Amino acid sequence: MAATAPIYTGPFGKLQAERLYWRAGFGPRQGDAEKLSKLGLAGAVKWFTRPTDTGLLGPDPHDEKGRALAPADAVGHDHLWWLDRMVRTKAPLAERMTLVWHDWFATSNQGVGQQQLMLNQNQLFRQNALGSFATMLLAVTTDPAMLIWLNGNQNIKTRPNENYGRELMELFTLGAERGAYTETDVREQARALTGWTGSVTKGVPSAFVLDPTRHDSTNKTIFGQTGNFGWQEACQLCLGHAMHPSFFVSKLWSYFIPTPIDATTLKALQRLYSDRQIVPVLEAILQHPDFYNGPRMVKPPIVFNAGLLRMRARWIDTSVWWSLCQAAGQQLFYPPDVSGWDDTRWLDTATFRSRWFIAALVQGASSPKTSPADPAKLVERSIQYWGFPTVSAQTQTLLAAFAKAQLARNQAPATVETAMRRLVATSPDLQTA
Amino acid sequence: MSCRDCTRTDLLRRAVAEAGRGLPEIEPGMPLPAGTGMTRRDFVSRTAGLALAVYGGSALSRFALDDGIAAAAAGQPANQKVLVSVFLAGGIDSLSVLFPAGDPLYYSLRPNIAVGQTQGTPFAEDSRLRWHPTAGGLSTLHSEGKVSVVPAIGYSNSDQSHFTSRHYWEVGATDRGLRTGWLGRYLDRVGTIDNPLQGLSFDTTLQPALATVKMPVATLLAADQYTFAPPGLTAHPLEASMFQEAANIGAAHAVSSDAGLATAGKAALASHHLAAGLGAFAYGFKTPVPYPSSTDPFPHRMAGLAAMIAAGLPLRVATITSPGHFDTHATQATAFNSGLQLTSDTLLAFQRDLESRGVADRVLVHVWSEFGRRGGENASAGTDHGSAGIGFLIGTRLKGQQLGSFPGVTGGLDGSGNLRSTADYRGVYASILEQWLDADANSILPGGAGFQRYSLLK
Repeated sequence: MAATAPIYTGPFGKLQAERLYWRAGFGPRQGDAEKLSKLGLAGAVKWFTRPTDTGLLGPDPHDEKGRALAPADAVGHDHLWWLDRMVRTKAPLAERMTLVWHDWFATSNQGVGQQQLMLNQNQLFRQNALGSFATMLLAVTTDPAMLIWLNGNQNIKTRPNENYGRELMELFTLGAERGAYTETDVREQARALTGWTGSVTKGVPSAFVLDPTRHDSTNKTIFGQTGNFGWQEACQLCLGHAMHPSFFVSKLWSYFIPTPIDATTLKALQRLYSDRQIVPVLEAILQHPDFYNGPRMVKPPIVFNAGLLRMRARWIDTSVWWSLCQAAGQQLFYPPDVSGWDDTRWLDTATFRSRWFIAALVQGASSPKTSPADPAKLVERSIQYWGFPTVSAQTQTLLAAFAKAQLARNQAPATVETAMRRLVATSPDLQTA
Repeated sequence: MSCRDCTRTDLLRRAVAEAGRGLPEIEPGMPLPAGTGMTRRDFVSRTAGLALAVYGGSALSRFALDDGIAAAAAGQPANQKVLVSVFLAGGIDSLSVLFPAGDPLYYSLRPNIAVGQTQGTPFAEDSRLRWHPTAGGLSTLHSEGKVSVVPAIGYSNSDQSHFTSRHYWEVGATDRGLRTGWLGRYLDRVGTIDNPLQGLSFDTTLQPALATVKMPVATLLAADQYTFAPPGLTAHPLEASMFQEAANIGAAHAVSSDAGLATAGKAALASHHLAAGLGAFAYGFKTPVPYPSSTDPFPHRMAGLAAMIAAGLPLRVATITSPGHFDTHATQATAFNSGLQLTSDTLLAFQRDLESRGVADRVLVHVWSEFGRRGGENASAGTDHGSAGIGFLIGTRLKGQQLGSFPGVTGGLDGSGNLRSTADYRGVYASILEQWLDADANSILPGGAGFQRYSLLK
């Protein structure tokens, strides 16, 4: 019998639904997790993977002066524009997968220098977020932002530029040091990919087209096959490579589950990927026992930020988030390099500080009018403030002790309560999911 | 809280801070104002005084929290060595920093961007070379015998990708998959579990050379910029207690069997350790010598680092990125000159600062870049990525003699027109580890035994 991926059989309650909401989206709004848990595991996963409504909730975003965002022009507004979608989306997984593809095909406006081209690429990721990886790869390969970022537009038959050809195999489809390709394959791929032109001059993009006079139309030998290959064949050869499915499913797995994939699951997921569709693999990952039984993951800064806003039902009404999120280690459209963000190194003393500020600014200066001078009630109220997320007993005990000590120092209960709101938001319970 | 109280507290804090006298204690447990004549002993005792209030949690009493930094400070030898790693990002053009004024091939390869034959100052160790006019600070220190130059540093089969080559330097091996930094592995062997000050990254996120497996390290913008008052908001009256409690909650989770919770808990704890260890630095510090004035954070970061070392904080290694973008593919002179000027002037000020504070013998500065640049200029009055580059060690304890030698442009270029290296960067690392940090280089650097050592110290 062919291998099938194991499915989680434990209880599917609020706790499990919360994890699904955080990892497959940007966290639940108040009441969302309870509602989702009623669908059961399979129903809940399908709610994410097969969205029927991809619209947005709530009002349009604006800055602190009430002005509409200018995502193509103003510094940081590209980040705010996408953060707004993460906060308002009715189809969280589609938006979360857009973020996965932004990291997978990590392109930085640092090298592109044109926000509109980055937004166009972002739309490409969103359109294909839950579709076919083959369609996505072909589209990305000729995407103007990518052509600029990895020098595809400077890849000429007389002077081949290997940048895209190498990353196509190393980072996008096959993986380094697995014996999947040789340095000769890199050079031959580069030749197959020659001919694309286009550029941005003084902020204005030209047309990005294939110029046959710049394309090398002689034979190439890639993975042992010889032919007059062009850019489409370059992609198809990678997609058809025997080592592509194992690379694809392992890499996708790593975005959702921090522990390594086991051999049986690896095999089963590769079968589910036989026609290069993303959703069957995703559904198996999101239902896998390791997803629910394994350790917690540190939320990426943008997920932490979007999640706190969702928990408070707050919309984008200030431009402060992009620089805070940058300081926390994740400015959207500016990944550190072509290998994307390092999901194992989100937290250090500097980024913790920035998350502290994010929590403080989501809270703002608001304070309850009256608060009870009762530690247990203050704990409950400070958790309620964030929409009743699950908070461990350990954290709750310490919060109660804090409240007791501060009340004993005659601090006003409302002052203590606002401090406790911050402590809930920055606790390890809410930094992870 | 009432707004009036808030405003009053805020005004009080600001007024006192502006007077340069530090802040009044507005909550028990807050650090005392920094006296300008603060001794190491004072500092340590103040730091120790910051031990967290542990609210009735017996499970927490075993977390000595800030005692770790105080203990590390008290326990370190008076002559505790510090290594400061300064990164020149982008691959600085070594053939401009120390340019071969006596080599005709240099002038024919670089008709537009070569430095003029009589410019700058002579390099006493090699009559072919001269210091760039903007490297006067380095030239001065070299003439005092405090700089060891590595005129052609690199590794064989040099990778010309910024990312890859920088990674190789950061991890101390030509291994794409290595996940710990060479300085991180050093700290994992000699560091302590509760002292994040032992490895400081003055940056927005952690410099990968400091990545450890078990020991905490810290990232901060500058000595006086690790404060927790949220920008644009009036300070919460319980800000300090709140931050302490976040560390208490962090400590409870830092020992969790769940890896994610433990990571988040450790980050909260290390953040508090760092802030507490910095103590009065939050309110500023004094510097005995002038530093260059610049919008770039480098001079201020270096000044703060000197003050931290002088205050007896338990630092072992610090990393910092220099100003400037040295990836000079086009119109090289503009970015190169201003970047090198500010870097060199600041390094001179830093050295004078350490000397004035009487701690110069404790500090070694290591300056590096991921590669050098092509021997010939390109069509855009710039230079493309090359192989061997330049490095420096700076300190009073050094012999002040070059490591390896300049291979010449004539005869020293490889088939691609890039300078050949005469010193391997891992040999320099191994020499630093063994002679400066008293560490076993062979257990820290993969294949460490295979690299030539240099005699660094007097």
